[in-house]
Amino acid sequence: MRSLMVATIETLQPVRIVQAANGFEALRILPREAIDLILTDINMPDINGLELLSFVRNNPLYQKLPVIIISTEGSRKDIDRGLSLGANEYLVKPFIPSKLLELIQRLL
Amino acid sequence: MSAAQPPTSDAALRDFLAEAEEILEGVGSQLTDLADMAEGGSWDPDLLNAIFRGAHSLKGVAGMFGFTAVAEVAHNTENLLDWLRMGKVSLAQPVIDLLFRSSKLLVVLLRATADGTLEQHQDEIAAHAAAITACLSPSDSVSPGSLDRLGLPAAILGALTEYEEHRLQENLRQGRQLFVIHTTFDLSTFDQELGNLTDLLKAHGELISTLPSIGENSQTNIDFELLLGSQRSEQELATLLKGRVVSVAGFPPQPAIMASMAAAVPVEEQQVTTAPAGVFPPTVADAEPLPADKALPPVSPPSAAAAEEKASAKSLSRTVRVDIGKLDLLMNIVGELVLAQSSISAIADRMRAEGFSRMAVDLSKAAKGLERRLGDLQSGVMDIRMIPVGQLYEKMSRIVRNITREQGKKVDLKLFGAETELDKLIVEDIADPLMHIIRNAIDHGIEPPERRQALGKDERGTVRLSSYQKGNHVVIEVEDDGGGIDVAKVRQKALAKGLLLDPAALTDREALELIFMPGFSTADQITDVSGRGVGMDVVRNNIAAVSGMVDIETWPGKGSRFTIILPITLAIIKALIVSCAGRCYALPITSVVESLLLSPADIRTVENKEVITLRDVTLPLLRLDRFLTVERVDTPIEQYVVVIGAAEKRLGLVVDDLLGQQDIVIKPLGDVFRAIRGISGAADLGDQRTILVLDAGGIIAEMTRTGG
Repeated sequence: MRSLMVATIETLQPVRIVQAANGFEALRILPREAIDLILTDINMPDINGLELLSFVRNNPLYQKLPVIIISTEGSRKDIDRGLSLGANEYLVKPFIPSKLLELIQRLL
Repeated sequence: MSAAQPPTSDAALRDFLAEAEEILEGVGSQLTDLADMAEGGSWDPDLLNAIFRGAHSLKGVAGMFGFTAVAEVAHNTENLLDWLRMGKVSLAQPVIDLLFRSSKLLVVLLRATADGTLEQHQDEIAAHAAAITACLSPSDSVSPGSLDRLGLPAAILGALTEYEEHRLQENLRQGRQLFVIHTTFDLSTFDQELGNLTDLLKAHGELISTLPSIGENSQTNIDFELLLGSQRSEQELATLLKGRVVSVAGFPPQPAIMASMAAAVPVEEQQVTTAPAGVFPPTVADAEPLPADKALPPVSPPSAAAAEEKASAKSLSRTVRVDIGKLDLLMNIVGELVLAQSSISAIADRMRAEGFSRMAVDLSKAAKGLERRLGDLQSGVMDIRMIPVGQLYEKMSRIVRNITREQGKKVDLKLFGAETELDKLIVEDIADPLMHIIRNAIDHGIEPPERRQALGKDERGTVRLSSYQKGNHVVIEVEDDGGGIDVAKVRQKALAKGLLLDPAALTDREALELIFMPGFSTADQITDVSGRGVGMDVVRNNIAAVSGMVDIETWPGKGSRFTIILPITLAIIKALIVSCAGRCYALPITSVVESLLLSPADIRTVENKEVITLRDVTLPLLRLDRFLTVERVDTPIEQYVVVIGAAEKRLGLVVDDLLGQQDIVIKPLGDVFRAIRGISGAADLGDQRTILVLDAGGIIAEMTRTGG
């Protein structure tokens, strides 16, 4: 899933993808890399996607970063919550790759 | 190929089966843990999550390989698990049964996928789906607004997932107090420090959410607000966390909210981080002494933290799964190389004898170097084949819990020496016999709880499974504290079945051996568990097939002990090469106790059988030529006795000469000769000579059977 997404996004030149294995890694990456857009799942081992989103939205440095939530149909309630926390878009798994590209292009 | 069977290559199918099996094995043991906990009234939500993720992964793998039937069942099971973790369905017995049924069905479907008989199971799949749908009926949930009145920070409440919200309510329902713990960490080390802190917190309650926030020094620090549900008081937590966190704030449960939590069941505080009790005791006091620094190996079900880590997309283990066939092939090649090397050494020796001394010395030096490297290669390959017996333990503990549940017996399985290593092939082959012995121990050995109480025993029976290495052997013991084996009953049964003519002719110990006879079963009542038509004879044969031996000891009213002795590996063994009546034979060195020159004057006869007295012990003799019924022209004046032993039994094998030690690779003889007792295979000596390999265990068993 992850590698498929990476391969899909890489077709959009020029982009650079920084992958985080979990939420903590994402928190470490944010101050170090010039991130333009975040793609996140909701269910993650350490902090969940909503918590990451809340952190981003409450931090003046990243406040304006576009965030796309990717999760399963079962987490519909969570996706709604994500949107009210300020996520820009959501994608329900499984999705068509072109749909993801379209969203990224629109938000960047 | 039928429609239900996707066009998958054999290799892909094997990959799928290996991975799916691994997942299901994990799910199976977690499920039994969960059922055990549910019986006790409370369970670890992390365990449920781990099972949920297992079903989810299985669905993913099956979907990826195109096995829709497996994916569908996994998907339905995942749905049920999701409802469980969300509290929409409660973990009652019917639901637990349904989960077990799901996991069994998945195992069946995997087999069917391998055999190509998937379509035979369509009805079961449909019935399973219907059963799950019936379980998933919408129930009223607590109105989401009720949490607002708790006074928790809005930022925390707003970032809770549906699952976390459910856990929060569950914590309130269990009468726990909520705490918001504010912490701040250096950006460069926060994950480690936060990890330590959460480990500590998990020992005192349930960590519901972890919200990162910007601290006062957002350049260097990152803050977290942790939401914890705990039975501890604010005071206690503050003391516990003193110096480690910025603040601890308690949010006492409010009566109005408590009232709105319908169907409140007060539950004892659950230790969310503890492993299931009693199954994996941390001590190995009674087993063979083990290095103290070695913790018990990965037999225990993944702890909450480990399960969480596994959810990360990046695989944490750096392992390669290899088909055992490939290792066998490699081992065979190594074996051939060892033989080739020894013929080079032999050539060097011959050259020296014929006068080419300088070249002979160089050649034997080169051969020595080759021998060392080959030795390294051999032990390297051997090492790959070795796996801890702990892998077996996991299976066994699951079986034990299943049987005890089915039979209403109370049994603790105690495991020792799980890190003992054994050849993978032997571990595979020993699984069924071991399972059978354990089943028997519970089925026939351990008494029902009421009876145990009446006897003044602890109502919980104990089965000890311990493994340790002893020289070139691994010993596995299964010991129960049940009723023991009734030798009188064994005699009676054997008499009735015509297996024995005169009950008085056998000592108790010999009579006990009767249970290994084909067609013997002492069960008065054939149960589903052990009465499967597989007798102890099959157990003994299966163990003998990997050059192992099994022994029983029993103490009336106190229990029995089965001791299985196995060689560490079957691949390459050191053998003693002997000759008898003009032919050579190999005897695995592991079964040779000692050898001595036989002086005819020492031979005496007892009941017409030849014996010698060796250090005050009478040793029965067996002339190898007679055992193998080989004709011989003359008997040499000097002969040797090779004392062979298997378990506690000793036998003196009379041979003509001892030719030396050699590494050999045992090759099976094929099905035609499988039935021949006393011969385990053939081996190539490296000089174009092929010789038979004697099986000491088989010879001794044959002698016991025929009474010499």
